[in-house]
This record gives sequence, C-alpha cells and structure tokens, in this order.
Amino acid sequence: MEEFTVPIGPQHPALKEPISLRMTFDGEVVKHVDVRLGYNHRGMEKMAEERSYIQNLYLTERICGICSHSHTTCFAQGVEKLMEIEPPKRGLYIRTLVAEIERVHSHLLWLGVAGHEAGFDTFFMYTWRDREIVMDILESISGNRVHYAINTFGGVRRDISEAQKQTILDSLGLLKQRTEYYTNIGTTEPTFVARIKGVGKLSKELALSLCAVGPTVRASGIKSDVRKDDPYAVYNEIPFEVCTADTGDVFGRVVVRVNELFECYKMIEFMLKNLPVGDIVVKAPRRVKENEVVSRYEAPRGENLHYIKSNGTDKPERLKVRAPTLANYPATVEMLKGCFIADIPLIFAAIDPCICCAERMVELVNVKNGEASVVSFGDLKKLASEQYKKCGNKPEPVSIAKQLEKIRRKS
Amino acid sequence: MLAQLVRWSRIKSPWVLHLNTGACNACDIEVLASLMPRFDLERFGVQLKGTPRHADVIICTGPVTRQTKDRIIRVYEQVPDPKFVVAVGACAMSGCVYRGMYNVIGGIDQVIPVNAYIPGCPVRPDAFIDGVVKLLGSL
Ligand code: SF4
Repeated sequence: MEEFTVPIGPQHPALKEPISLRMTFDGEVVKHVDVRLGYNHRGMEKMAEERSYIQNLYLTERICGICSHSHTTCFAQGVEKLMEIEPPKRGLYIRTLVAEIERVHSHLLWLGVAGHEAGFDTFFMYTWRDREIVMDILESISGNRVHYAINTFGGVRRDISEAQKQTILDSLGLLKQRTEYYTNIGTTEPTFVARIKGVGKLSKELALSLCAVGPTVRASGIKSDVRKDDPYAVYNEIPFEVCTADTGDVFGRVVVRVNELFECYKMIEFMLKNLPVGDIVVKAPRRVKENEVVSRYEAPRGENLHYIKSNGTDKPERLKVRAPTLANYPATVEMLKGCFIADIPLIFAAIDPCICCAERMVELVNVKNGEASVVSFGDLKKLASEQYKKCGNKPEPVSIAKQLEKIRRKS
Repeated sequence: MLAQLVRWSRIKSPWVLHLNTGACNACDIEVLASLMPRFDLERFGVQLKGTPRHADVIICTGPVTRQTKDRIIRVYEQVPDPKFVVAVGACAMSGCVYRGMYNVIGGIDQVIPVNAYIPGCPVRPDAFIDGVVKLLGSL
C-alpha cells in the first residue's frame, strides 16, 4: 500500500485558526499526525508586558472571539487576587451570567458546525438562526455582540435592569424549546447518529494521560470541570451538574454539549431569579504589588489558564495564557490516528469548534514519486460521502488517488 | 452589450472568499453570521467559496502576521481579475490592539491593495452587509 503525506492547512482561506497538520496515510487510514502551530502567532504575551493592566483586559479579550469573556474573566480574576480586592456579589453574578450565556452561544455554534461537517447543513442553519437569540441577549446586556467588554477589575461595567431580566427569561423559553428539538435530532436521528457514532474514539485512560480538557474529556466519562473542582466566581452557590458521556466518540461530545446547554439554561434562570442587590463594582488600585498568581476558568471548550506575575508597577511582568484548544491537541492527534480520511473533518470539528468554515485546502503528496496535488476540502468531503454511500457505514481502504481522479473528471 | 452583461452578472453574484490572516475569530464568526438565515447575505447573490480561483471578492479579517504574509499574496494572485478586497474589522484596517506586536505587520493594505474598509471590532453583520452592498454599488 502506498503511503501519503497530507498537509492540511496551514493557511487555507476558510480555516479559522491557521494550523497545519501533516498527516501520513496508509491508503485511507491515518498513520501519523504532526501538528504545526504558530501561524496565528501575534506576540500577545510579550505585548501584555508593555501595557497596563486595564489595557491588557481588552487585549486578552481579543485572544479569541468566540470565548472572549472567558479570557477576560480569567485575567480579571487573577489580577483581582493580586490586587487583593473582592468584587461585590452582584458583579460576580452578572459576570457568571454572561459567562454562561457565552457558553450557550459557543455550544450552539459548535452544534451547527458538527452538523455541517457531518453533511447536515439544515442543522447548521437552524442552530445558527437560534444562536442569534443568544447574541441579542448578549447585546442587550453588554452593548456588543461578540466582544462584550463587561469585565473590569473589581466587578463588571454594566448592570442588568428588571426589564432586561424579563426579556432574557422570555427568550430562554424559546431557546429551551429549540434545544430540545436539537437533542432529538442530535441523539436519535438515525443517519446523523450513524455518522458520528464510534468516530474519533478517545478512551478514558488516554484522555486522562493526555490531559484533555472540557467536553472532550467529559465525553470520555471523566467528571472534570473547573467550575465544580475549583469553584470560582459564584459557582459554589449555583446548583448544576457536570455532564458526561461514556462513549468517548463524537456522539458523546454532542451529548455532553447538548446536556450542558440545558444546565446553562438552568443556571441562567437561577442567577436571574437570585440576583443579589447592591453594587456591581469596587474601586481597583492602579498598581499591583509584587506577586504571582494562576487563575483557572472553565471556558466552553475546556480549562483556561492564566499565569500572571506582577512587579509592583501598573504593568504585568509576565502573562502566560494556556487556552483549552492547545491542551486538546495531543488528544486530537491520538484520535486522528487510525481514523479514515473521511472522518478527519468531523473529528476535528468535534474538538476545536473554531473551525466553522466550509472548506479547507488539502494537499496530497504521493510519497513514492513526490507528486503533489491540491484538493479542496469540498472534494474531500465529496469523496467521503461517496465512499460512505458505497459501503454503508464501514469505509474500506481504497486508493485515494483513484477516487479523486473520478471526482475531478466529474466536475 | 457584452460588457453590460458581464457587469450585471458581476454585481448580481459576487462570490466571496474568506481569508483569516490572524484574526481573533470574532470577525470571522460575524462574517459567517451575516451569511446565515437572520441576515442572509445570499439574497444579494453573495456566496462563500472555498478556493481563491472561484472568488471575485476577498474578505480579509485580522492583522497580517509575518507567517501569513506570503500566503496572502499568493491567495491574492490566485484570484482571477477583476478582484476586490474588503478589509473587515479594525484589525484588517490598521492592526487594532495588535498594532506594534513583533509578529504583526499591520493592516491588510500593507500587503495587498484594498477596495473597501468596514470598521468595527468586530464588525456587526449589518455593517458588513452595508459595506458589501456599497462595494457592489460602486462597480
Ligand atoms: S477587528 Fe476586533 S474582532 Fe475583528 S479580528 Fe480584530 S480584534 Fe478581533
């Protein structure tokens, strides 16, 4: 059997976060995966050292657009610890409220992407339409759709009025109804389930030893959630369950995320109904005493970690960020090993919801003669679905080159 | 006559290519959101394409990082003429918060010519649609 090396990425126009994966295939089966990073590297951590704390708050917000609140909260929490201030209860509640609403938006976005990668575009459109409800809520609270900028040191910047509370509660009803519908589709619709079951297996032991985080590890049956294990903000006051699944495949990850959505709705409702009265912010000092701190946060995709070292000035001496996706790369590599080409988009989407776009460029290099050919991700997907049609749900190793040739001739 | 036909078809169905040059994802999800049912950019015939060779308009998000610079130029060269570049978001315009970082060159216009700038951090889908329609109107 011929061996192929397939570099995916790094900079395909439709790829969200540029990353390069160099995969070696034996026929149709992935043998080795080599992850190459650094295409999106901008030099943030270094820049953070040259900016004051409050400026850095807005800088950390722009680490990632999908979970922007998670990074600011993580950073703000750490700096508050360094400053030795305690935000008022109401501020913390609003902060957590935004965090949970953000989780809803992120999970809905991810569900759509999973549907899209499995070839179920209707699902994609549905979830993204309903995601707009969440975006409206976020906009009404913070004034912006994506970068909420609601955090500040010592609390939050905007209060929630009674009228806002009511509108959020009203829209929650609709969201719940829609999510039930998605649960139905995502977990019982036979074609969809057949496509995602058993794909991208990650055993419990492997997930533990590779330090996977977030829904990826929870889908392997491990109850790991910073919100429960090391409660920050007001999570020790809010009742919620950590959702897990024990299948350890893409199906499990769908189940975990859908269940988490329901938990989010419960928490949002609880927080709105039990919103304490009082201030939303306390005054924060400009300078920070010399110290260091590690701050943890459960982002929609897993544990987010910030390490901050202060040196007595108004600028941090060092900021180190470990985002959840990075922690999941080793697990991703393991999951991809032994899978079929047809499953790569799906497995990828299951871990890294950043890849929402339709098509990516894949270059197939025939190792024997070094001949390179470029195929779009669309072709790859076509190839995938054709093969699935042909042999039911058990793809067999066939020559990629032959199939690609066929698709090319057709189009 | 033929020129008119070409112009008409160009305005009626601009195919776009989404190019992330180091953005923070927020602009990207907003660009996607404007193609989704609520905002539905497709009613103007706009379609998202995966390869540069099919596209008329490149939608750039994010500042130019050193590693992506060459690729941007390569993608730009692959797009058939006439091509248009839309810089989406404060990053693509000037570099936004990333301005001055060691790995960031600046806005998209440092590397390739830009036809339209859409401000915002991130751009709202409404602004994005407005920008695209204005670009189409200027053809
Ligand atoms: S303009 Fe703002 S939202 Fe858009 S990519 Fe840049 S930092 Fe992110």
